[in-house]
Amino acid sequence: MFPPLQDLYRIAPELVLCAFGMLVMLIDPFVPVGRKRSMGWLAFAGALVALASMHWAAMNQGSAYSGLFRTDMFSLFVHGIVIGVAALAILGSLDYLDRENLQRGEYYALILFATAGMGILAGANELLTAFIGLEMSSISTYILAGFRRNVLKSNESSLKYFLLGSFATAFFLYGIALTYGATRSTRFDVINQAIAAHGSGALLILGLGLIFVGLGFKVVAAPFQIYTPDVYEGAPTPVTAILACGPKAAAFAVMLRIFYSAFGNASHVWFWAIWVSAVLTMCIGNFAALVQTNVKRLLAYSSIAHAGYILVAFVAASEIGVAAVLFYLAAYAAMTLGAFLIVAHVGGTNEQCLNIEDYAGLGTKHPWIAACFALFLFSLLGLPATGGFLGKLYAFQAALDQRIVWLVVIAAVNSVVGAYYYLKVVVAMYFHESNKEWAPTPMHAPMFIVLLITAIGTIYLGVLPNRLMELALASARSLR
Amino acid sequence: MADHNYLLTVLTFFPLLGTFALLLLSGDDHVWIRRLTLVTSIIEFLLSLLLLRGFDLTIGGYQFEEVYAWIPSLHIHYHMGIDGISLFLIILTTFLTPLAVLCSWNSIHEHVKEFFAMLLVLEMGMVGVFCALDLFLFFVFWEVMLIPMYFLIGIWGHGRKVYAALKFILYTMLGSILMLVGILWLYHLSGTAGNPTFDLPAIVGMLRSGQISLPWHTEFLLFLAFILAFAIKVPVFPLHTWLPDAHTEAPTAGSVILAGVLLKMGTYGMLRFCLPLFPEASHRAAPVIAVLAIIGIIYAALVAMIQHDLKRLVAYTSVSHLGFVVLGIFVFNPTAMEGAIYQMLNHGVSTGMLFLVCGMIYDRRHTYEFSELGGLAKPMPVLCAFFLFACLSSLALPMLNGFIGEFMVLIGTFEHHPAWAAWATSGAVLSAIYLLWAYQRVALEKVTVAKNENLPDATPRERLILITASIVIVFMGVASPLFTHRMDATTNALLQQVGGRAYNVRARHVTPLSAQPSQHELALRSVTLERRAQP
Repeated sequence: MFPPLQDLYRIAPELVLCAFGMLVMLIDPFVPVGRKRSMGWLAFAGALVALASMHWAAMNQGSAYSGLFRTDMFSLFVHGIVIGVAALAILGSLDYLDRENLQRGEYYALILFATAGMGILAGANELLTAFIGLEMSSISTYILAGFRRNVLKSNESSLKYFLLGSFATAFFLYGIALTYGATRSTRFDVINQAIAAHGSGALLILGLGLIFVGLGFKVVAAPFQIYTPDVYEGAPTPVTAILACGPKAAAFAVMLRIFYSAFGNASHVWFWAIWVSAVLTMCIGNFAALVQTNVKRLLAYSSIAHAGYILVAFVAASEIGVAAVLFYLAAYAAMTLGAFLIVAHVGGTNEQCLNIEDYAGLGTKHPWIAACFALFLFSLLGLPATGGFLGKLYAFQAALDQRIVWLVVIAAVNSVVGAYYYLKVVVAMYFHESNKEWAPTPMHAPMFIVLLITAIGTIYLGVLPNRLMELALASARSLR
Repeated sequence: MADHNYLLTVLTFFPLLGTFALLLLSGDDHVWIRRLTLVTSIIEFLLSLLLLRGFDLTIGGYQFEEVYAWIPSLHIHYHMGIDGISLFLIILTTFLTPLAVLCSWNSIHEHVKEFFAMLLVLEMGMVGVFCALDLFLFFVFWEVMLIPMYFLIGIWGHGRKVYAALKFILYTMLGSILMLVGILWLYHLSGTAGNPTFDLPAIVGMLRSGQISLPWHTEFLLFLAFILAFAIKVPVFPLHTWLPDAHTEAPTAGSVILAGVLLKMGTYGMLRFCLPLFPEASHRAAPVIAVLAIIGIIYAALVAMIQHDLKRLVAYTSVSHLGFVVLGIFVFNPTAMEGAIYQMLNHGVSTGMLFLVCGMIYDRRHTYEFSELGGLAKPMPVLCAFFLFACLSSLALPMLNGFIGEFMVLIGTFEHHPAWAAWATSGAVLSAIYLLWAYQRVALEKVTVAKNENLPDATPRERLILITASIVIVFMGVASPLFTHRMDATTNALLQQVGGRAYNVRARHVTPLSAQPSQHELALRSVTLERRAQP
């Protein structure tokens, strides 16, 4: 049986991404070694076409493939984030790969495949589809993390990510099995009905717990965050940028769907688990980041902390909570992507300059790069007039609306702790004199464009966030 | 007053325009950078004087209001407006900024463009804070302002500047983040009442009309969240430790703005937010806060006395003088409150001038150590004369501005709490001791250090700055009704708001407001009489 045409429209972005991924793989062998950069442009074009193809998906919203997949505002919103991240990361990788002598077609293809996987995660309406999306995005990113084959740290990163990630997905799968055992279905709506009808038994709670382990790993929620700093540090920096934004957004999306749509009737079961996890995630991320001297590791810990803030909105379990998570993910993607790509740029050949001292004097030597980095850091810190602040505000407000006061207070205090280490980098950039000769990496057009887009995005979301907030709210409404 | 409708917006964002213009200039073109900044700040000052023209004395509420929807999803409005409290604080801000620009004329050598750009951004933030009537908008300005100050201290400061800058920003953020939670909670409460909003007058109205009922413990926690942010900013006694560092290490312009305007934001916040939003909690907490303020007055004065660094001494005087302001606010008496508001302005001008003199001495000697100074009146008679003048203004000599404010606060306090007034008065005495002693060690006696013998006296630019400040000081000293008249309506309205509800709680703290000549008017008259009695 051939699926109806409408179903194809509904997964158009994934189809486009996969098609371009394969196209890159097919053409790549015929492209001479010196001109592999063109593969990057091809992949970028693929991402743009995928973004455009969201239009078809948006025109044909609804369930596809007998309810395995759902295209609604919610999934489109997340699609927008992950595909946008992929497109910008591809642009940001072009120079990096040239510099590292890693320019190869499969890099871009893998990004596209991973993004397709994330898209499936965002739209999955059934546990096994989610699993497929999870595997698709995970396996591609395992390889990407180890893309600097000759560098020990990159190998370590890839291996760690792979081993622990496999564990996590195994847990996830086990959780699916138990849930199926308890409810006789893997479809979210059916699970929800079953819970409403029969309540949540021990089997179901265990299944949910295991699912949380698997997804918690992807969103770097404590106590499953252990791998993050090592993996993020070892991976090529543009890949780290993707890891920090894309899979996190997709995993949060599927987590929202599972917890709200499938286990919405059992929210009393998971409320405190997420609450505790949120506190742990914020505290571990922030306090560990305080003592970091490596900017990449620092940002890795900061990404843990931000997962914690997102969990604060998650706990709210309301429409506004979902909207806050979505808005936060978008704002977070803009600033984190920008920050990591600047780290990639400043790092120079072989990523030599990753320590905070290496940033000394950047404000004088490269005022615009430093200004952008400062903007991203201020946004991560949560200063007003940046996307990060609005994200935090929205998240806190969502939680307060549900009278979750103490969690918000903990989060607020945490964000001041966070201020210290973000400002440490700003201090280095502006208040310290550079103690060594800078070999400035030339800034090419692609990188410039990426920084421009992310910086403008960060400010835009901070000053005129209304459009995106309304979109996020509409998306949240589409999530039943 | 339709033609003034955009005045506050223009006033707030005009400095930003100057910043953009600055960015277009070449970084090496120091002369034009300075001129452009100066012209921008002077135009801003003139613009702010327009407020005086359109200001209606009889209205106790907000004027020049502007309301636009900003982020409708969260019911956030761009709501600007001023009243008798913020009117002069805005003018103070726009008055001090040109002075800060002038005093940095030759003392900033590195990153000149960035320095002046930061100064203008800072001005935008400060004016915005005083204009904003939407809690969210207020918070945005309140936090945005931290960044330029942070850079001013961290890049162009002296000594342990990085430490001071970090301490400043972290302290302030810790306070304000809890205030943010408080703001969000108020928003949530207004939502439960069916009209979610961040609008301050709307929320105050809902609280007063009982649409939002605050249980006592909630009100107390919210009050705590707000007062902590403001108390750190003022700073009130145990929270003041960031101030000496930030003031001492900041460049002169930074210190002037810090002492002149930023500290007032704390007391302004108390008046604007704590009192009307949480009248009951304010009344109950008043004794504690007042006692802390008195401790701050005396403690900071004692600490100032033993400083061996001129600028640090001046920094501690701020803690001491701001204590009077806080005290004046929390005795809930019209005289004291008006005195507190007036003292905010006075302190801005006189401490600003003290810091300006400090900066001028620093420009010549690159030190603030008393042991390195001494006998400066001999080489620099003019500068030292102005220094003495600033000291006298700060220690509240009658005829000069500081006197009226402190006197009104003390008189207002005395009506209800003679003991508090007595203790606070000792601070006024101590201020005479430490300031005159400081003057003596800097200017009088013999020239002890050989380098000091041939220091150049004040340049025309410096004289211009000091004369301007002195004129204002004298003017505020003799023409105080011009200022206080414009605060009358607001103060009365505010006290009615705060006092009205607090009757049930603790009647003895509240002075009923009657139609007869109010006590503060009587006090004013006595002030005027006393002034006439002066030779």
